Amino acid sequence: MATVEVPYQETVPLHHPKTWIGKYIFSQDHKIIAVQYGITAMAVGLVALILSEFMRLQIAFPEAGFMAFFTADHYYQAITMHGMIMVIYLLTAFLLGAFGNFCVPLMCGARDMVFPFVNMLSYWVYLLSVIILMISYFVPGGPTGAGWTLYPPQTITQGTPGVDWGIATMLISLAVFIVAFTMGGLNYITTILQARTRGLTLMRMPLTVWGIFIATFLGLIAFPALFVSAVMMLLDKFLKTSFFMPAIVSLGSKLEYSGGQPLLFQHLFWFFGHPEVYIVALPAFGVISDLISVHARKNIFGYRMMVWAIVAIGALSLIVWAHHMYVAGMHPSFGFFFATTTLIIAVPTALKVYNWILTLWRANIRITVPMLFALAFVLTFIVGGITGLFLGNVIIDIPLSDTYFVVAHFHMVMGVSPILAIFGGIYHWYPKLTGRMLNDTIGRIHFYFTFIGTYAIYFPMHYLGFIGVPRRYYETGISEFYPVAAHNLNKFITIAALIVGVSQILFIFNLVHSYFKGKKAPANPWGANSLEWCTPETPPRHGNWEDRLPTVHRWAYDFGVPGEEKDHIPQTVPRRKAS
Amino acid sequence: MRIAYIAVILFLVTLGSVVFNFTTPFHFDAIGSNWELIDITVYITFIVCGVAFVALGLLMAWWVYKFQYQEGKFAEYEPENAKLESQLTIITTIGVVVMLAPGLVAWNDYINPPSDAYELEVYSKQWNWMYRFPGADGIFGAAHNKYVDLDNPFGMKPGDPYGEDDILITDKTVKIPVDRPVKVLLRSQDVLHDFWVPAIRAKMDAVPGMVTYFWFEPIVERVYEVLCAELCGRNHFNMRGEMHVVSMNEYSTWLNDQVTWAGMQAGAVPLSPEAALGRDIANDAGCFACHSTDGTQRDTGPTWLDIWDGTVELDDGTTRVRDEAYIVKSILDPHAEIVLGYTTTMTTSELTDEELQSILDYMKGLKSAPAKQETTDENESENAEPSSEVDSTTIPGEDPSTN
Repeated sequence: MATVEVPYQETVPLHHPKTWIGKYIFSQDHKIIAVQYGITAMAVGLVALILSEFMRLQIAFPEAGFMAFFTADHYYQAITMHGMIMVIYLLTAFLLGAFGNFCVPLMCGARDMVFPFVNMLSYWVYLLSVIILMISYFVPGGPTGAGWTLYPPQTITQGTPGVDWGIATMLISLAVFIVAFTMGGLNYITTILQARTRGLTLMRMPLTVWGIFIATFLGLIAFPALFVSAVMMLLDKFLKTSFFMPAIVSLGSKLEYSGGQPLLFQHLFWFFGHPEVYIVALPAFGVISDLISVHARKNIFGYRMMVWAIVAIGALSLIVWAHHMYVAGMHPSFGFFFATTTLIIAVPTALKVYNWILTLWRANIRITVPMLFALAFVLTFIVGGITGLFLGNVIIDIPLSDTYFVVAHFHMVMGVSPILAIFGGIYHWYPKLTGRMLNDTIGRIHFYFTFIGTYAIYFPMHYLGFIGVPRRYYETGISEFYPVAAHNLNKFITIAALIVGVSQILFIFNLVHSYFKGKKAPANPWGANSLEWCTPETPPRHGNWEDRLPTVHRWAYDFGVPGEEKDHIPQTVPRRKAS
Repeated sequence: MRIAYIAVILFLVTLGSVVFNFTTPFHFDAIGSNWELIDITVYITFIVCGVAFVALGLLMAWWVYKFQYQEGKFAEYEPENAKLESQLTIITTIGVVVMLAPGLVAWNDYINPPSDAYELEVYSKQWNWMYRFPGADGIFGAAHNKYVDLDNPFGMKPGDPYGEDDILITDKTVKIPVDRPVKVLLRSQDVLHDFWVPAIRAKMDAVPGMVTYFWFEPIVERVYEVLCAELCGRNHFNMRGEMHVVSMNEYSTWLNDQVTWAGMQAGAVPLSPEAALGRDIANDAGCFACHSTDGTQRDTGPTWLDIWDGTVELDDGTTRVRDEAYIVKSILDPHAEIVLGYTTTMTTSELTDEELQSILDYMKGLKSAPAKQETTDENESENAEPSSEVDSTTIPGEDPSTN
C-alpha cells in the first residue's frame, strides 16, 4: 500500500470570516464565490436573452409597428452583445466560474481553492468586466455593432455602429475578463493538482473535474490570444497603428493606415475562439457524464476512454481554429489541413456520445429533472455535432458559411447544449448548495418548454441555410433566396423563441421560491458517490469538512456493484479486501 | 411500469426531424454552376450523419424506455469494454473518411482554376459591388486603394499601360458568358465583404490589402442576385448586386458598351468649383456609400440623379414634392420621411450651413444627360457625372473573352 500523504490543506489553519460582509460579500469561500459568479452570469444572460428576443421579432416581423424603433444599428448592436455575452460572460463564467468554483474543491475533497483571496479577486474583476460591458449601452453611440467576431477593419471604421466608444468598452471589458479568468483558472488548476485529498488519484476524479481541468488549461492557452488582439485593436483604433489595418478608403475618406493584415486578427481571434468552444463544452461534457451515471444508477461506460477523449479533444482543439476561416481568403492549402484535423476531432467526440448512450444500456434509470436535461443534452449535442461535420469539411463550408445553417449549428452545439448542461447541473447540485430541493413539477414543465422549444427553434433553422438565407441581415425582403415560406418559418421560430424565453421565468421563480420554501434536502438526495455528497453538513460550511479531510478509496462511479447491499458506494467507503 | 414521457419525446423528436428533412422545401436550389461535387459531398454527409443521428436517437429513446428505475434493481456492472470501444472507433473513423475524402477532392478543384478561365475582378466597397475586366490585352492594370479618389473609383495606378484598356463597371450589374469558367478576383476598398450567389455555391471573402479568388463555370442562362455574405457595417443587408449569365453574343455586345479606364479619364468633364466642393463634402460625409449619382438604383438609398425633379412616394403612402425643403429635411433628419421601398440606415450628419449649401448646389446639377450626348456641350458643367462618362465613351470592339 502506498504511503498516505497528509493533504496540504489539512495542515494549514482556516480563518473563518467574522463579519456578514466578509461572509457573503467579500467572501473567500469558494461556494459563495460560485453563487456570486452564477447570479451575475445569469443576470447578464437575461440581458442577452432579451436582446435575442428583439432580434427574433425583427427577423419575423420587420414591418410591425412595435418594431419601428429597432433600427439596423440596434440590430447589429444586439447580435454583437448577445453573442459576446453568451459565449464569454454567461457560458464561460458559469461553467468555470460557478461550476468550477463549486465543484472543484468539493469534489477534490479540499477545504477551498488553494488561493482563496485570488479567487475572490477573480469574481470582483469579472463583475467589473460585466459592468464595463454594460456601460456600452450608456456611452455615446451605444455598444459596438461589429458582430461578436469583431473582424477588422469594419470594427473600427465608420459605417459600423458604436465605432467611437462602444468598441473601446467592449475591448477593455474583454481584457478585464481575461484577467479575472486567469486568476480563477490558475486556482482551479493548482487546486486540482495540489489539493486533492488523500486517495484521490487523477484517474479517480469525477469527469466533471476532468472537464473543468482541461477546459481551464485551454482557457489559459487561448485567452492570451484574445487579449493581445484586443490590445492591438485598441492601439489601431486610438493610436492609429496598423496591426490589422491595410490602406483603405472608408466611406469616401482615406485613412492613415497601411500595411496591416485583417487576417492576422482572424487567426488570433480563432486561436482563442475555437478552444473557447471546448472551454464551454468540456465542463458540460463532464457534468453530463456525472448526471447520466448518477441518475441512471450505473457506472459511466468507458471511464478511461472518457478521460482520454477529453484530453484528446482538448489537444486537438488547439489545431483546428482556421476552420472558421475557410472563406476568409487565407492560403487555400490550409483547407486540407484544417478540414482533416477538424474531422479527426469528431472521433473522440463521437466516442463520448456513444459512451453516454451505452451508459443507459441495462441501467436503472431514474427520470429525475437533472436526468431529463442530461438526455436532452445528448440529443441536442448529436445534432450540433453532426452539423459540425458538414461545416468542418471545407468544401461544404463554402456554400453554407455565413448562412443560417451556421447560426443553427453553433446555437445547437455551443448555445443550447451547454445551457441544458448548466440547467441539469443546477437542478442536480442546488440541494447541496442550499439545503433545499427545487420544485420537481415546475422543473419538469421548465424542462419540456426549454428542450422542445429550443429544438423547434434551431432544428428547422439549419434548412434556411441551404436555400441561402444569409445571417446578420437586418432585413431580408422577399426575394429568390428568401421565399414567403422561409419567412413563415422564421415567424414560427420567433414564436418558439418567445415561448422559450418566457418559460425561463419558471426557472427563476423555482430558484427563488425553493430557496425559502423548498423541501429540505437530505445530504445525498440522488444517491451519488462523489465527495461533495459526503460533506458532514448540508449545505457545507466554510471549510467544507471537519478537522480531517475525507479519504478516497475508489472512483466515483461504483453504481450497481454486484454483491453489494446498496446500489451505490460513495468514494469514501473503503474497498473490501479482495477475497 | 410508468410511461417515461421523455422516451416518447426523444422518439418523436428523432422521427420528427427525419420527417421534416424529407418534407421541407428548404434544400439546395437548382445548381447554376459546375460545383456538383459540392452537392454530392453534402449528399454523402447527409446520409452518413442521418444514419448516425437516427440510430443514436432511437437507441437512446428505446433504452430510456426499457431500463427505467425499479426499486431494488441493480444496473449491469460493466466499467468498460475495450472491444466494443475499438469497434466503434473504427466505424466512426470509416464514416469520417467517407465524408472527408470527396470533400478534399472537391477542395482541390476549388482552389485550382482551369487554365482557360478568364478573369473578372470584383471590387467591393461599402456598400456596393463594382467590376473590372482586363480589356483587350487580357491583363489587369495595377490598382491599389491608395490611388482611389472620386475620379478614380477603382484605384487604378496612374500611367500603368496595362490599365488603360481595363473595362470598369460601376453599375451593380455584371454580365458573364454561360459555359465559360471564370476566375473571380476579389479586392476590397474598405472592409471585409463576400461575393456570393447561392445557386453558384461558391463564395470567398474580399479582404482589403490582398487579392483573393474563387472560380466557377455558370451553366444556366439567367439573372442571379448577388449578396454580401460577410458583415460589412450597418448596410450589409442592402449590399446587393446582379449577375446575369448570358449568351456569348449578348455578353460581347454588353461589354463593348462599357467604359474603359482610358475612356473614363478622357470623358471626365470638369465640375464647376462650387459643385466640385459640394461633391467633395458629400464624399467626405460618406454619402456615396449609399447614394449613386449616375442613376444606378441601389437598395441602400435613392440615386441623386434627377433628385431635384418631380415627386416621390413615401413609405407612409403619401406623395411628396422633391423641393429644397424636402431634401434639406431628408439630410438633417433622415428618419422623418422615408422613400417607399427603402430602409434607412442613414445617420445624421454634422454639416455647417455652408457645407449643406454646397451639397445642395451639387445635387441640383445632377440631371440626366439629354438624349443626344455628343451634340450638347453646353455650360452645364455640373452635369458631368459617371453616367455621362459612360454614355459618351465608346470602346474599341475587341472582345477580351475570345482568348
